Amino acid sequence: MELTTVWFVLIAILFIGYFVLEGFDFGVGVLLGTLGRDDRERRVLINTIGPVWDGNEVWVITAGGAMFAAFPEWYATLFSGFYLPLLLILVALILRGVAFEYRGKRDDERWKRRWDWCIFGGSLLPAILWGVAFANIVRGVPLDADHEYVGGFFNLLNPYALLGGVTTLALFVTHGAIFLALKTRGEVRDRANILAGRVGLVAAAAAVAFLVWSLLIRSSPAAVVLAVLAALALVGGLLANRVRREGWAFIGTAAAIALAVACLFAALYPNVMPSTVADANSLTVHNASSTPYTLKIMTWVAVVFTPIVLIYQGWTYWVFRKRLGTSDIPA
Amino acid sequence: MDALDIARWQFGITTVYHFLFVPLTIGMAFIVAALQTAWVRTGNEKWLRLTKFYGKLFLINFAMGVVTGIVQEFQFGMNWSTYSRFVGDIFGAPLAIEALLAFFLESTFLGLWIFGWDRLPKRIHLACIWAAAIGTLLSAYFILAANSFMQHPVGFTYNAERGRAELTDFGAVLTNKVALVTFPHTIAGAFMTAGALVCAVAVWHLIRRPGVDTAPFRSALKIGAWTTLAGLAAVTISGDIQGKIMTDVQPMKMAAAEALYDTEQPASFSILTIGTLDGSEEVWAIKIPNLLSWLATGTWDGEVQGINDLQKEYEITYGPGDYKPNIPVAYWTFRLMIGFGIVAGLIALWALWAIRRGRAPTSKLLLWSAIALPLLPLAANSAGWIFTEMGRQPWIVFSQLFTAAGVSPGTSTAEVVTSLTVFTLLYGGLAVVEVGLLLHFIRKGLPDVSAPPVDEEGEDRPLAFAY
Repeated sequence: MELTTVWFVLIAILFIGYFVLEGFDFGVGVLLGTLGRDDRERRVLINTIGPVWDGNEVWVITAGGAMFAAFPEWYATLFSGFYLPLLLILVALILRGVAFEYRGKRDDERWKRRWDWCIFGGSLLPAILWGVAFANIVRGVPLDADHEYVGGFFNLLNPYALLGGVTTLALFVTHGAIFLALKTRGEVRDRANILAGRVGLVAAAAAVAFLVWSLLIRSSPAAVVLAVLAALALVGGLLANRVRREGWAFIGTAAAIALAVACLFAALYPNVMPSTVADANSLTVHNASSTPYTLKIMTWVAVVFTPIVLIYQGWTYWVFRKRLGTSDIPA
Repeated sequence: MDALDIARWQFGITTVYHFLFVPLTIGMAFIVAALQTAWVRTGNEKWLRLTKFYGKLFLINFAMGVVTGIVQEFQFGMNWSTYSRFVGDIFGAPLAIEALLAFFLESTFLGLWIFGWDRLPKRIHLACIWAAAIGTLLSAYFILAANSFMQHPVGFTYNAERGRAELTDFGAVLTNKVALVTFPHTIAGAFMTAGALVCAVAVWHLIRRPGVDTAPFRSALKIGAWTTLAGLAAVTISGDIQGKIMTDVQPMKMAAAEALYDTEQPASFSILTIGTLDGSEEVWAIKIPNLLSWLATGTWDGEVQGINDLQKEYEITYGPGDYKPNIPVAYWTFRLMIGFGIVAGLIALWALWAIRRGRAPTSKLLLWSAIALPLLPLAANSAGWIFTEMGRQPWIVFSQLFTAAGVSPGTSTAEVVTSLTVFTLLYGGLAVVEVGLLLHFIRKGLPDVSAPPVDEEGEDRPLAFAY
């Protein structure tokens, strides 16, 4: 396999890791007020992701860094072109991160409620906007001959991209609810289970519509197979949720998100950012990439260190595997 | 102001702001790790209380460092897309490696450390804070290697067809002599900053709350003050070497730092220079003979090139243009960096003197100086970075790409104004919240660490720590 393809796959993997992991903590953030009826319950919800959300977020920082290193043209066009959505994502991630750390630092109801809103909004916005951004990449955007984005902000808010946003939001909320059902005890767990079943139906409908629309825009045999598998995984996950097999349900939604993202990347290949103006203006793995020398060094670094990261991140989840309930929360 | 100026202001504001938290994170991680090590080794509860107390201040600060750091990675692409295309082949690699090696390590092990007090064996829990601390060092190294490429590009060729710089020797980028000396300088500055905070908080408690937790705060004062002094010694030595390397690779920056308009041999060090408004000549100056020759070249009579001569030389090499950085900014930030650092060292020394042989400090003036103490290294760090980056102008990558050419061509002024406004307001608001929280926990003093009654039913025992 060519190194440019290897890096296309690696960046896909980094985004898959990001959406599978931060996907559920976005979901938990969105559900904070819905599933947590009082402060103690909200603390249970936040503490299920407390030790891990920051590590989850590093996946997107690494994905951005890898894009910069392996496909600088892609990084430059995407980040300067999708300026305002990325600004919103940054603001959301800043408020959300600070909120997790600062919320419990004062014993003051108003203080906590304000940070709760930051956690909610800071989770909701990126959950939608990442879907909008990825849908636009798949759909293609106006790029001129210098690969500069020339479409403006409102061009990004087309119906297909908005469906993408609804899909990621619904998927992440379902994924988050199932994660909570897996990680909590008592009433919160029951409520999360019921809510996952309901939102899951919306997610399934949105995901199927979005993936079909995506494949009509851009397709490959692998993408079709991945889309079908994603749908099956989601249905399987929801069925497992119905019979309260929470571990299997979580594996189901995690696999569904992973396969759906993989499907989008497979449909995209060998493009990384197709142009709607002229095919010659499209960025591909070939014209957007770094030199073979840089890719070779980066490949070695990735091959050696990615498994180490996976091992210690996995260990964190093992250390904090215990379910949480209101009785676990110190006064 | 056009999009370029606003993009530069935005980079300056977000980066200086981010770097208020970075040195505290690096230094505090090690100090907290050392305090916890002392507890694990001796079993003395004093160290545990100090670990938890300073650990809390560390975490409040760390949260801000993390969230403002994401902006750093995104804004290269958002505001500086031409720059990103030009250097991506070289600059992207250390950034990606930083994320993979350092950010995962820091975030994951800090998560384990914060929540793992009752979940992990003592020594493994201790290892977690050390892992996070080592992560901060790795992070610093890779980002400084990337920045050093902008100061002194090495290990690359220019590909005219693609219009970009391409990596030829990654080892050369990682062992860039600018990076090798900037790393110890930055880390020493970080230790100074964290030491100053630890010392200042201890002084405040000893003077304002005499008799309360005196023994632990006396220890904290000594640790903080000695860390500050050791940091000062290390920034001085590394800074001296750095000055000589700078004279070699960026002579214009050294000349601007000194407002040295005409080449001198031997060159004198300016205590104060006033120049004409257009920055081409000096009007009046106080000087120490021969000192600049020593700082720049390591000999007492070495030649130091002046701004006007370098300007002529650069016009011949790089074509017509203005190659002078903003001289008052370079001159003053250089002096403020050094001055703030020295004053911080003196206050730390005074604090040590005030508690010699069991004395209790009472001086009001010392109290006020202690309140200023942590701000001084912070200001010195900012001044140092403003000098480093402004002194490189008009280049974004020295001798390769002009800052004006690096900005995103498709991004509108309105977009950059929006993001500048949003970040400035958001950062301003968060600063108020952060300082408020720090003061709240500083005032609260050392936490009680006597163990809660252990419930036989392990399942119902509350967590030792929860958000």
